[in-house]
Amino acid sequence: METMRKERIDRGVRVRASGLYAISSWREMLYLMGPPLALIIGVILLPVILELAPYWKRVINIMCVYALLALSFDFLANYVGLVCLGGAFFVGVGGYLSAIFNVYLHFPVYLSIPLATICGAFICTFLLMPCLPLRGVYFAIVTLMYPLLATRVIEALDILGGTNGITGLDSLPNEYVEHYAIILMTLFFLYAMRRFVNQDVGLVIRGVKDNDQAVKASGISVTKMKAFAVCIAAFMGCFGGAYMSHMYMWSGLSMFALDFSIIPMASVVIGGGGTLLGAIIGSFILVPLSEVLRNFGTFRIVIYCALLTGFIVFKSEGIMVYAMRKYHQFERWVKV
Amino acid sequence: MSEEIILSVQGISKTFGGLKALADVGFDITRGEVYGIIGPNGSGKTTLINCITGFIKPNSGRVLFKEKDITGWQPHKIAHIGISRTFQIMRPYYSLPAYKNLIVPLWSPRAKTTGGWRGGGKHGDRDTVAVDILEEIGFERDSRVPYKLASTLPTGYQKRLELARCMAMRPEIIFCDEVFSGLSMSEIAGMLPLIEKMKSEGITLIMIEHRLRELFRVADRVMALNFGEKIAEGESSVVIENKKVKEAYLGSEEV
Ligand SMILES: Nc1ncnc2c1ncn2[C@@H]1O[C@H](COP(=O)(O)OP(=O)(O)O)[C@@H](O)[C@H]1O
Ligand SMILES: [Mg+2]
Repeated sequence: METMRKERIDRGVRVRASGLYAISSWREMLYLMGPPLALIIGVILLPVILELAPYWKRVINIMCVYALLALSFDFLANYVGLVCLGGAFFVGVGGYLSAIFNVYLHFPVYLSIPLATICGAFICTFLLMPCLPLRGVYFAIVTLMYPLLATRVIEALDILGGTNGITGLDSLPNEYVEHYAIILMTLFFLYAMRRFVNQDVGLVIRGVKDNDQAVKASGISVTKMKAFAVCIAAFMGCFGGAYMSHMYMWSGLSMFALDFSIIPMASVVIGGGGTLLGAIIGSFILVPLSEVLRNFGTFRIVIYCALLTGFIVFKSEGIMVYAMRKYHQFERWVKV
Repeated sequence: MSEEIILSVQGISKTFGGLKALADVGFDITRGEVYGIIGPNGSGKTTLINCITGFIKPNSGRVLFKEKDITGWQPHKIAHIGISRTFQIMRPYYSLPAYKNLIVPLWSPRAKTTGGWRGGGKHGDRDTVAVDILEEIGFERDSRVPYKLASTLPTGYQKRLELARCMAMRPEIIFCDEVFSGLSMSEIAGMLPLIEKMKSEGITLIMIEHRLRELFRVADRVMALNFGEKIAEGESSVVIENKKVKEAYLGSEEV
């Protein structure tokens, strides 16, 4: 009996476009630069295109906030080995800090957002410090508890506006600043993270994931490296939170909503873990999808879950990994 | 004695639950020697290394490095002052190419102060230094081997990579936990010059081995462990003739 096997072969253009030879022809250049350029231009043009459908314009901003959270989840999970469900905590801390700076201390928007981002990153890192030695599911559970804890504390002590939250934040100057502040930051973080993980420091952090014992035996403190990584991830999350509080001109308990922890994880599963770009694509699919499904009322959760399950079962590698393979290689059936 | 005692281990004991893994083990090591530790499986050799390098806290006993008490220090601090080790169970950084595995030790604070092997930690391009080190330890420079994913390397290369990881920090002492096991005779023969080379660079080596014949070719002195107790110490020809050592390896004849 004949058996068939799928064979994957690199496309000629991929081979030609590797190394310095890439600059020898337009075709090779296009092969390399095309997809990233298409993404960047596409995302930047989104607000203009969506002038046609104003309802969807707000979705862009939310999409990008989730993209940042997904990016930080992907980084921590696939490059550091920490499954962090603290996305909601980052958003909440960033959002509340920005509200404090803006409403209580009267800092203008362009100061309150960066300050909230930086202070938030440090506060989150400091608070997560005791959990850093935990591994796998234990770290995930503890980080999931942090936002719950924060809401209860705010509720019980009736501080920071209690259940009403803090109102009256300044909005961003105009609609376009609002869109482009988050879009450009998302693209910037994507680019920066992709570079970072291949720098020497990034390699050390990846070493922590592969074998933390060997990192220790090389004279490097694993706790320090993990704290550094969490700080970077929290930085992105806190920026998202700070931005969002100004977008809604309000910071409340729903800043700590579980969605901010769960949807980024789902985005990474759909987009393809460890690719960073996949995290962004995943949230660009999931967030509009849940917006569409809003019309179905509570039933949307069912559809959402069915989709996710389907994805995990049938395409567990994620969109990015699949797309990259199709782009770089072709497949054919050969006899064994 | 004129020779400097670089490491002094005194009365280390360790129990796991009821099991006595180490009982009052001590030894002194002079700078620049090759010291062998032998003993049957489960005799506590790896546990001893773990106690000295900080991965396990001993129940009692002291470790002195250049007369400084380092007992109970964290592993990365001990590595930082110059005590390096390989792991018996090799786990390279799987997701990185072989040469990128060396970026971690070359980036470490120790390499920044000592310069690391060939001075690559201080200045210049760590990638080039990494490939240099790999070449020195037996990776063919012009082949694709140094650029392959570490997880796809054959055992022999993974063992060498473990050693390279230690060398890259330019340590003063290297503990080698069974680097010869799992290798063929010819592969071991290929590694012996490497040991000589490290010795000539002034690095003190402590080699834990199962393969006595190969160990005895390089070791200046040997210690034998059995059931967590030191049963013999001295020159290899003396230790191998020791009655207790023979019994430990061949099984007791008295029962
Ligand atoms: N972490 C641990 N927990 C419990 N028992 C251990 C642990 N590590 C080693 N042991 C036990 O201690 C004894 C010595 O083990 P080990 O040091 O690995 O021996 P060797 O390296 O000489 O083969 C063995 O009986 C082993 O089962
Ligand atoms: Mg052992």
